[in-house]
Amino acid sequence: MSASILPLALENVSYASNGQPIISSVSLAIVAGPSTIILGANGAGKSVLMRLMHGLLAPASGTVSWRERDMGRVRRLQAMVFQRPVMLRRSALANVVYALAVAGVPAGEREAQALAALDEVGLRHLAQRPARVLSGGEQQRLALARAWALHPEVLFLDEPTANLDPGAVREIETVIKAFDAAGTKIVMATHNLGQARRLGDEVIYLQAGRVMERAPIEQFFARPATAEAAAFMKGELPWV
Amino acid sequence: MGVALAAALAGFITVASTTSTEQSGLFKHLLPIFEKKTGIQVRVVAVGTGQALDIGRRGDADVVLVHAKPLEQKFMAEGQGVKRYDVMYNDFVLIGPKSDPAHVQGTKDVAVAFRKIKEARAPFVSRGDRSGTHFAELEIWRLAGIDIAREKGAWYRDTGQGMGPALNTAAAMNAHILSDRGTWLSFKNRGDLVIAVEGDRRLYNQYGVMLVNPAKHPNVKAKLGQAFIDWLISPEGQDAIASYRINGEQLFFPNAHE
Amino acid sequence: MGAIAEGLRRVLELDRELWHIVALSLEVSLSAVLIATALGLPLGALLAVKRFAGRRTVIVLLNALMGLPPVVVGLLIYLLLSRAGPLGELGLLFTPGAMVIAQSVLVLPIIAALARQTLEDAWREYEEQLRSLGARELEAAFTLIWDARFSLVTAVLAGLGRAAAEVGAVMIVGGNIDGVTRVMTTAIALETSKGDLPLALGLGFVLIALVLAVNAAAQLIKEAAVRRYG
Repeated sequence: MSASILPLALENVSYASNGQPIISSVSLAIVAGPSTIILGANGAGKSVLMRLMHGLLAPASGTVSWRERDMGRVRRLQAMVFQRPVMLRRSALANVVYALAVAGVPAGEREAQALAALDEVGLRHLAQRPARVLSGGEQQRLALARAWALHPEVLFLDEPTANLDPGAVREIETVIKAFDAAGTKIVMATHNLGQARRLGDEVIYLQAGRVMERAPIEQFFARPATAEAAAFMKGELPWV
Repeated sequence: MGVALAAALAGFITVASTTSTEQSGLFKHLLPIFEKKTGIQVRVVAVGTGQALDIGRRGDADVVLVHAKPLEQKFMAEGQGVKRYDVMYNDFVLIGPKSDPAHVQGTKDVAVAFRKIKEARAPFVSRGDRSGTHFAELEIWRLAGIDIAREKGAWYRDTGQGMGPALNTAAAMNAHILSDRGTWLSFKNRGDLVIAVEGDRRLYNQYGVMLVNPAKHPNVKAKLGQAFIDWLISPEGQDAIASYRINGEQLFFPNAHE
Repeated sequence: MGAIAEGLRRVLELDRELWHIVALSLEVSLSAVLIATALGLPLGALLAVKRFAGRRTVIVLLNALMGLPPVVVGLLIYLLLSRAGPLGELGLLFTPGAMVIAQSVLVLPIIAALARQTLEDAWREYEEQLRSLGARELEAAFTLIWDARFSLVTAVLAGLGRAAAEVGAVMIVGGNIDGVTRVMTTAIALETSKGDLPLALGLGFVLIALVLAVNAAAQLIKEAAVRRYG
């Protein structure tokens, strides 16, 4: 059992774009165990925060540090699923194989592992289909299969179902729950209250680039500690 | 195919020559005879005389075959050539519109004809490209007592083109032009142009051939190049030159041993 | 119209000489495009993906080089390859090799600049995902090239069009030597200057037909591939 790369610690992290502050002095720790929901309205800074944590963006000030010092390992043991899945112009299977190749998995083992990942998300029958002709929901499932194949310790998800119809949303949530059950740490950004409740164990509520509140999920929904969170939940229609 | 094979065995030489020589079709007639006899492939780069001699000076050709004796002698004086041989001559003809606006048709003296053209301000196309033909034209203006560089007007068109393109321009403009007979005979786009003046001794055009000096340019294929020159001035080569005809007319007159 | 018909008739009469000219044209231009593609695609990809000081200057320069006059390229290569020049020892002047070199130089900026534009657009789409997967810049560049291959065909065809159509460079470095370095464009120039316009026209139509055929084939392949791969 190799050492965990968690916890991830953000110290006073700020980020701005074109002079506009997007994230302001955020300090938090992401620890193994509970699924963490980053909740907030559009424009709150959820996506940027996710990218700062995943390492796609560098903070303007402050530090983002993992327990693991080997950045190569840190890289390899995380995966991220974006709001819009980005697939290469090749078959579904080949897309997963590509991710394994980049990760350094020996050539002989890639196909088997990729097929297993497709199985896990129920896409085995579409393995040879060109990935870009799949439906939105199927492509997002494929993105999850790609992430699954890498057996990450932490899975970041940035509003993964924002563009999908309810049937597809259910399928994606099922897979995310499976990740969770398998022991992967889930960090998911969403503005969908229902989804947060279905998938999350704790909530970090973000507003205007600042962490307003952090609480276990039921506590947050029953008694939001801040006026801002309460207002947000009143405004958000629960069935969205 | 056989020629290519033989050339692969015997080699090839690069000859820098003039556009008029190539465009007259002489090489297409002459070279296969030489190649069949010796197996040496002759690659001709056809440009203006000035440029051909420059190619020789850079060592990019083994042999130069041009028709501007003063320039050839300068080439020799620079030590760029081994020896200059006369090969053949052809003649220039003054071409003009059928309508003869300057009344030069049938004039015996070409310098007189040039003067008449200038006085009539009749359109005249010059090659302007440092070719042998261009130099011949400039010489005739000089013989006519005209400093053409200073005395030209809108009637004088300095095109900077080879013989063919210049003839095209003259045909399009219905203008006078000095051309070598060979190019004129094979030129197909004549419009309303005809030969206005011919036969003046001063229109005779001497061709000379030189081996580029291997002392200055070690890469020159001296043996193969000299073989080509030797053949050109040999009775067989001279006969081959004389036997080239267009519509039954002989174009080039061998004079290697005059 | 009559001139065209006459020209095509004359062209068909040339048979062996014509096929040699056509074959050499294809050989020279296709070789040049191959070289320019092998060098230009990675160059365009790296420019699309890498950020470095002076990147904008390089891009402007590359775009400007697309407009290099062929005759100037020909002259520069001539001076390089001449016996009196630095690379004279190679003995490449007045050979098809020199023509390939000159056309490669001419075509490389076109392919690289157009590839950069295509791949920069693609990078905007792929960047986050590829970096998330851990792909390094070089790896990502080649992934982009392969994924954008059907769009890149357009860049390659633009390069081929330029190579097949130009006469200035190959005339100067090749010398238009009968049977050795005479290609379609230089043959057309020669026949025009001889005043044999019907033949020049006929050759011109053969050249146009060839380029059209290549482009039509590429378009069909592209459409079939898009149907297959999405």
